[in-house]
Amino acid sequence: MSTAVEAAANKVAPLAAPEYAIQANIEKIYYGEFLAVRDSAVNVEKGKITGFIGPSGCGKSTVLRSLNRMNDLIPIFRLKGKVDFLGQDIYAKSIDPVAVRRHIGMVFQQPNPFSMSIFDNVAFGLRLNRYKGNMAERVEQSLRRAGLWDEVKDKLKQSGLALSGGQQQRLCIARAIATEPTVLLMDEPASALDPIATRVIEELMLELKKRYTVAIVTHNMQQAARVADTTAFFAVDISKGGRTGFLVEVGPTKQIFEHPREQLTRDYLGGQFS
Amino acid sequence: MVLTRPAELVESAAAPAPDMTHSLFERRTLSNFILTVLLWALALLAAIPLFSVLFMLISRGGARINLETLTQLPPAGFMMGGGIGNAIAGTLVMVFIAALISVPFGVLAGVFLGIVAPESRIAAAARFVGQVLTGFPSILAGVFVFGFLVLAMGTYSAIAGGVALAVGMFPTVLLTSEQAVRMVPQRMKDAAAGIGCTPFQATWKVTLPTALPGIMTGVMLAIAGAAGNSAPLLFTALFSNYWLESLREPTASLAILIYNFSGMPFPNQIELAWAASLVLVLIVLVFNIISRMFGSPKL
Repeated sequence: MSTAVEAAANKVAPLAAPEYAIQANIEKIYYGEFLAVRDSAVNVEKGKITGFIGPSGCGKSTVLRSLNRMNDLIPIFRLKGKVDFLGQDIYAKSIDPVAVRRHIGMVFQQPNPFSMSIFDNVAFGLRLNRYKGNMAERVEQSLRRAGLWDEVKDKLKQSGLALSGGQQQRLCIARAIATEPTVLLMDEPASALDPIATRVIEELMLELKKRYTVAIVTHNMQQAARVADTTAFFAVDISKGGRTGFLVEVGPTKQIFEHPREQLTRDYLGGQFS
Repeated sequence: MVLTRPAELVESAAAPAPDMTHSLFERRTLSNFILTVLLWALALLAAIPLFSVLFMLISRGGARINLETLTQLPPAGFMMGGGIGNAIAGTLVMVFIAALISVPFGVLAGVFLGIVAPESRIAAAARFVGQVLTGFPSILAGVFVFGFLVLAMGTYSAIAGGVALAVGMFPTVLLTSEQAVRMVPQRMKDAAAGIGCTPFQATWKVTLPTALPGIMTGVMLAIAGAAGNSAPLLFTALFSNYWLESLREPTASLAILIYNFSGMPFPNQIELAWAASLVLVLIVLVFNIISRMFGSPKL
């Protein structure tokens, strides 16, 4: 058993020690008094796609959102633990959460372009950072990388909200990568899209990992199996009357899907619960 | 149950096609017809006052709408001709002053209520005060400004008139701005934060531009209301028969002109009062239409 796991692991990650963009060791996440997540240590490997899967309410989105301090927008959020991003603990007192989010971009479940032109949507983050280079070139490059350029190159002045759902989501991806973030967090980026738009986004993710590190939350196991290099499986603990999410296991996707170490994972993948 | 179903299906297939043609005298057709007619009648009834006022204004004041009326000073006692130019200018100037005061304060306070601290005690208090101010008798705004501005300046003035109108505009701007910024979807605010906006940048660059149509609707409605408001001006701007030369002197306005001239025994002045009424309604209408244009959703 263990040799099979190692063999699978070796196939994904060659002998060199993996390099991590984010090393998170989350002991506890509270919303007020409510313990939402416990004991979840996940690493996000550089240049790879890390998938977070699990049943609803298992805290996978909460964990993802704590990797760029998005949860700080919720006043009652509290985190105990450490999230290392390129060697710095982003929850250290000296760290500005706004600066963190400029290096760790985010794509949300609902496409959320701003109500401004397609061009301005992509240029938004660049202007925020007082980008001095050739704006038009950079916008084109971002839209190309998001696989949207050919569809919108003739209507850059049109509102981003006039695009279809799938196009809007790719616009949001273009907006997020325009500022060259180190890591891109995607919170169920395809769950509001139809199957065809979903496939486009998945292919795009495989393209994006050549340049960026990606972490994605998905409730769709097949999606994780298709795109993720590493998969983290979360579950819900309702033993103490609460609903606390926790990490069950994490490993190379192939190993998680074919030879899960934990019974919980096996049950979930086998459709015992959802 | 499951067993009987196929039999039912066979039976219904064999039955003749149901009658689905119009039947005029069936009960529900009749009640539908009667209620529809009733609603149309009520809607027309509600429109009668508006259209009869418009009709009256156009038939009695329309004839006097010409270049002279719009650009000349009001005539004295028995004189013929003259116009309402100074009152139009005075109304526009005072409404502009009022907007200059009430819009920044109203929008900023609305942002505070809607985004910065919606749950705070000060927000709850401000919201309550705003709602009370909406129903505040406008003449009291005039008395208030008379007390602290007219007496202090020693004269009636366009400034005092503008401030008094601003008191009336403020709650409308405040409450509609709060609504407008609240209506901006949370996912857009999330997007702004996610791309690295400070809270100020998120509000300034994303929330306010997105809420702008709603805010402008409120501003235009407030302006329309202020343009037609006369009570606050009675103690603050008073009236003048001359062109506005300084903001620190008594100023004419359409609303007060209508009040003054309609009570005079001279047919010329009464005609001008009708013309002024029509102009005032048109100004109010224009601002209402502009607010509609801002309010319509645009992609």
